[in-house]
Amino acid sequence: MRILSPTAILGYGFPEASLEAGLARDPDAIAVDAGSTDPGPCYLGSGESFTDRAAVKRDLRLLVQAAGTAGVPLLIGSAGGGGAAPHLRRDLDVLREVAEQGGLTLRVALVHADVSHERVRAALNAGRIAPAGSAPPLTGEALDQTSRLVAQMGVEPLLAALAEGVDVVLAGRAYDPAVFAAPAIAAGHDPGLALHMGKILECGAIAALPGSGGDGLLGVLGDGFFEVEPLAAERRCTVTSVAGHTLYEKADPAMLPGPGGSLDLTGAAFTQVSERRVRVTGSRLVPSAGYAVKLEGAARVGFRTVSIAGCRDPVMIGQIDDVLATVRARVAEGLPGLGGSHLGFRLYGRDGVMGELEPRRDETPHELGIVIEAVAESQEEADTLCALARSTLLHAGYPGRLSTAGNLAFPFSPSDLRGGEVYRFSVYHLMEVDDPLELFEIEIVEIGGAPTQDAPPVSEARR
Amino acid sequence: MSGGIPLSELAEVVRSKNAGPYELTLDIIFREKEGFDLARRSGIFTPALFARLYRIPEDRVLRVIEFPAALAVKATIVRPCASGDLGDSDVYGAQQHGPLLDIVVPRGESE
Repeated sequence: MRILSPTAILGYGFPEASLEAGLARDPDAIAVDAGSTDPGPCYLGSGESFTDRAAVKRDLRLLVQAAGTAGVPLLIGSAGGGGAAPHLRRDLDVLREVAEQGGLTLRVALVHADVSHERVRAALNAGRIAPAGSAPPLTGEALDQTSRLVAQMGVEPLLAALAEGVDVVLAGRAYDPAVFAAPAIAAGHDPGLALHMGKILECGAIAALPGSGGDGLLGVLGDGFFEVEPLAAERRCTVTSVAGHTLYEKADPAMLPGPGGSLDLTGAAFTQVSERRVRVTGSRLVPSAGYAVKLEGAARVGFRTVSIAGCRDPVMIGQIDDVLATVRARVAEGLPGLGGSHLGFRLYGRDGVMGELEPRRDETPHELGIVIEAVAESQEEADTLCALARSTLLHAGYPGRLSTAGNLAFPFSPSDLRGGEVYRFSVYHLMEVDDPLELFEIEIVEIGGAPTQDAPPVSEARR
Repeated sequence: MSGGIPLSELAEVVRSKNAGPYELTLDIIFREKEGFDLARRSGIFTPALFARLYRIPEDRVLRVIEFPAALAVKATIVRPCASGDLGDSDVYGAQQHGPLLDIVVPRGESE
């Protein structure tokens, strides 16, 4: 069984030559991850996509064409970046345009991942919610503040979608390896091997050398093993790149929890079978006692305005904490009504990247990059807060001051930049369910050109 | 430390990344088995080491594990705040590995 993974995220692009090389290997399915929580909570919260629409369309056009030519299904997981309803709708719109402009008729299984607040509240009251990782316990208040909620689906809804014989499975938020593993599991392959292979394939050529988020891999699943290799001739998979990728962004590579069970890699062995190809054996799926899905939710915090400026004066840099304390006090006096708002100063050159973890923050740089950040309930209030902080900092006096014309070097005019809505993660919890399918509604739609006499009728929406 | 080897001479990869929005995972992947074995034998890769490097209480170091298949040592710490929270300095958590580059691996066995 051969699974083609064209790129790390739908919309990150890939060379056409790589796709062609993959197609020449007769894949049984093409699968791609279309989303992530890596970019932070605002995309889930606002319903915006972090992937660029034009870039997604370019990738989809080529992938739909490839899947059609090869006569294999195309699976897309975590559609639209966040995998919630607006994100799924965005990617479906793009897919529709691709179909119409390509003169194609496509049968698409949409797999929804949205979860209602009521459903989660009921589970919370029934004691069926637990924090995922180091998240704080879920409160009713956090749930009230959450604007959008999704659950990460496992392979089961995708298997049900594939059984419909569709051309494309367009899924909302999904466990990253699931869209890659599902076709293999449908064909009877071992779930442990299929999911581990999916974990490597989902990042595309990030698991290859030289690494790239804009290129792909081919996964080949056999009896008791799988192999991975890059699509591009100039890249290779090595034991280090593949085993190292198993470590990527997870706390424990040996036990990887997921919906329905954990991937146990304690017995996994990685072997270099050719210069570019790695074989993996020994990956096992350990089913969990119940079935839990990971919930993700974001809550709006307010609106942000930032101002970026540099400081190149050693006297000010040497007492910057005191200067900022003075500015804070002045701003608090000047805007007493903005008590609930947030004012932050990041100091690049000192501890802007590591914040309180920075071990070298006592070293004095010759310049500082200062980012003033104001977050308040409305965009206008954030603008006002940022403006007062900025003008106060620009003209603040301090002991020993020599540069009395102004304390800041602004790169831009206007100096203050509106950042729009700000969100935070408010739900990152496991919810026990009785049935792996119960949360994930499957809807079959036909898109594109007018159906021919032979085309099957559109199926009704079903659970 | 005299007689020690800087980690940057032994490691092929030194990186940090979020493991979910609440945790930060730190990876050291050694270039060769010799370096990995030296690191293991030295006994320096403990929660206390990471707590010291990142100046956090030891109970915020969730685990330190070895993954021999990748010649890797991994430590996971609790993030100061969740990814994207107000005051977060690194949404992806991808640039917090600096302190790891100061590690020196002793040549001999630890006492």
